[in-house]
Amino acid sequence: MSRVEFILNEKKVEFEGDLNKRLLDVLRDDFGLFGSKEGCGEGECGACAILFNDEIVNSCLLPMANVVNQRVMTIEGFSTTKKYKAIEQSFMDHGAVQCGYCTPGMIIATESLLNKNAKPTEEEIKDGLAGNLCRCTGYNMIIDAIIAVSRREDDLW
Amino acid sequence: MKDISISINKVDNISKISGKEAYVGDIKLPDMYHAKTFRANIIKGTIKKITYPNLPKDYYIVDASDIPGKNFVKIIFDDMPVFVENKVSYYGEPICLVIGKDKTEILKIMDGISVTYEEDTPEFEYKDAVIHYDFNKGDPKYKESDDLKLIEGTYDMGYQEHVYIEPQGMIGYFENNKVSMLGAMQCPYYIKNAVLSILGIEPEEEEKNSKVKVKQAPVGGAFGGKEEFPSLLACQLAVAVNKLKIPISLIYERTEDMEFSTKRHPATIELKTLVTKEGDIKQVMAKVSIDGGAYKGLSGVVLQRAMLAASGAYAFDNMIVTGDVFRTNTVPTGAFRGFGAPQMIFSVEMFIQHIAKTLSINPLKLRKKYLVKQGDTTSTSGTFRDTVIMPDMIKKAMDISNYESKTTKYEKLINAGNSVKGYSKDDVYRGVGMSWFLHGCGFTGSGEQKHIKAVVRLAKDANNQVTILIASVDMGQGIKTTMRKLVAHELEIPFEQVTLDDPDTDYVPDSGPTVASRTMMIVGGLVLEATKKLKKQWKDNEEQLIETNYKQPDYVKWDDETLIGDAYPAYSWGVNIVEVEVSKVTYQVNLVGTWSVYDIGKAIDERIIMGQCDGGLLQGIGYGMLEVMNHKDGKIQQKSVTDYIIPTAKDSAKMETHLMNNPFALGPYGAKGAGELTLIGGAPAVALAIENAIGKNVYKIPVTPEYIMELMNNE
Repeated sequence: MSRVEFILNEKKVEFEGDLNKRLLDVLRDDFGLFGSKEGCGEGECGACAILFNDEIVNSCLLPMANVVNQRVMTIEGFSTTKKYKAIEQSFMDHGAVQCGYCTPGMIIATESLLNKNAKPTEEEIKDGLAGNLCRCTGYNMIIDAIIAVSRREDDLW
Repeated sequence: MKDISISINKVDNISKISGKEAYVGDIKLPDMYHAKTFRANIIKGTIKKITYPNLPKDYYIVDASDIPGKNFVKIIFDDMPVFVENKVSYYGEPICLVIGKDKTEILKIMDGISVTYEEDTPEFEYKDAVIHYDFNKGDPKYKESDDLKLIEGTYDMGYQEHVYIEPQGMIGYFENNKVSMLGAMQCPYYIKNAVLSILGIEPEEEEKNSKVKVKQAPVGGAFGGKEEFPSLLACQLAVAVNKLKIPISLIYERTEDMEFSTKRHPATIELKTLVTKEGDIKQVMAKVSIDGGAYKGLSGVVLQRAMLAASGAYAFDNMIVTGDVFRTNTVPTGAFRGFGAPQMIFSVEMFIQHIAKTLSINPLKLRKKYLVKQGDTTSTSGTFRDTVIMPDMIKKAMDISNYESKTTKYEKLINAGNSVKGYSKDDVYRGVGMSWFLHGCGFTGSGEQKHIKAVVRLAKDANNQVTILIASVDMGQGIKTTMRKLVAHELEIPFEQVTLDDPDTDYVPDSGPTVASRTMMIVGGLVLEATKKLKKQWKDNEEQLIETNYKQPDYVKWDDETLIGDAYPAYSWGVNIVEVEVSKVTYQVNLVGTWSVYDIGKAIDERIIMGQCDGGLLQGIGYGMLEVMNHKDGKIQQKSVTDYIIPTAKDSAKMETHLMNNPFALGPYGAKGAGELTLIGGAPAVALAIENAIGKNVYKIPVTPEYIMELMNNE
């Protein structure tokens, strides 16, 4: 049992427990944040993706020991931002959501991608999404949604 | 009035995008327990002795001895037990649930269970036929002769795993004196009936005093994988909840899901034809063998779908079609988008190409000659009654993809010695393939009329709010949006004035399962019929309840025994063209682009249908070129998404899709089935593209680099 601190969605929080616990379980069990989903539990599907110090990371692979004093942003935190609103609108406009289980992870992947590359090409978008599996959409509409949001006039990224 | 196809915002978009949508794994009931399944670790045999460890307080084991009813998952046949009693028929067959609050403690208890088995020799070959069907068409009297050449082709397909991103999961709880289920499912009433059966409650008893309730939670993808399989989880939980009266969640991890949930049937399809030199096909013979795994489940119906598709999008005068489900000591196979048709359409599309090649005639000419026309007879001697607009669709697809010039160019390349090995990874063979296909909409044969008997209700309250009461499930295909759209459109009222909740068997009638591309055409048809009635009888600010019941169109005649007649009331049609590059060095296949044209009657929401088209096709292409799953001595070898490769964004390609407007007279606003159709053409199109690229006949899917190497080395 340890008691540690980390930054969750821009607020300092405390976690008390086993530092071997996966961040995904901590988010879901200890903080009641269910937006990060478990799809595979081995870092392959991206449904549990979060931003870890602004980088996309699969929270199912991250032990709490590595999270101490670090910054974690989940879909719940990100969904309060202007950038999120723009991505959300674009996903809706392009039909990028079907069952929705992969979607929060896709949104995180989009934010992570656009942070590094505000005007990605189609190939760069595909690279950016390569760690996020979707079984419903065939990816085309997700890619279209990301192209559209990245071509906005207001330069959010 | 606005065209109904014009897209609107999906109602669940925001909750899904923001992560607020609560799937079964996100639902925490107060004081909830967890369950894990303890499974047999032999393939076939008998349990001689089983010893459970002493259980700590508040930990429980529930097994076959706790079942009040008969120990079967009610599907079609009473053959699959809910818990093993003593006979083990496949590796991993469930023996009991271990239940408690702490997952680590549960695993410790599972380690302490000791089972003594007496092992038997398992069967993995196609030897033990448990279901057989056959039918003939026309007068198949022809024999091989000087004038009639016999051409044969045998086609093989492996498993396909659904890989819905949300694994299987169910919560059982006891509330208001009812054993209640909440979870990921396609068919609330399948589950309700299965739970009644395992608890030994007669349907009449349930009518009088309801003891079971099933409610759907948002479904994170299904594709057929949540058709019959969730009934097993629900039955296990029902036994536990009935005994313990506590809330229990049973959520699979990915590995458990991949190893032990149902999959698409592996199949071998032998096709033969008697044909003249000029390409007059006198007779076609099809022999279908599918691997049902250890229990029959839905395999008989899957076999029928496969057999009925034996002439694909073509009409042949004389046919002999036979098929068997084989029992093997492997995990039971089950429903998967397409339901037998993908196996058969792949085989037929390859075979007609191979016939043309054998006779050195133009494949496109041969295919066009036998393409179904309105008025032609189906494989089961029924009639294609509605207009068939495939010629326009084929032309459209060929135009937008440049199919003809590409095939010719790529064929010339490979024939001109382009088959020499490449040296750089950019050295590629190029190929393009085209598939033609159809899918029967709704249940096969008299299923809708005899077995499902769908009932739909509309309830209007005193504030003129209209609620749709159906058992259909939104699993991503968007019916929460399209059903409401249908009603609002017809009544000319705002969309918000129509309500549709996730089905709960306490409130909705049995409008049938969410399967067989039936939801919009059949259930939507009934919803529209009810809406029209309501419109006529509309009384402002009064409560009204309208009910409609399915009635089979009079023209549909079907014989369940002989499999002769109209197997479906309507067919949807499709054309896929797929272009690939095959690396000359690694034989890795790269998807270049796809071009598709579909006739689904009328789209109730175009963007939603386009989503089905893209997703279905990529699943079909994955089936055709990527997704390898097999078992070794009855044990599934690919237990994770690392080992079982499904298409990623990098594997996808630009997909161009066109929808034809060809309204079906009996569908709501002309809509026919759409969900399954979009998967069916993917595998043959990509396999034909690879065939075009490498200049070798392809006989099995997935067409992996290893298989291409084998073909290339067999000069």
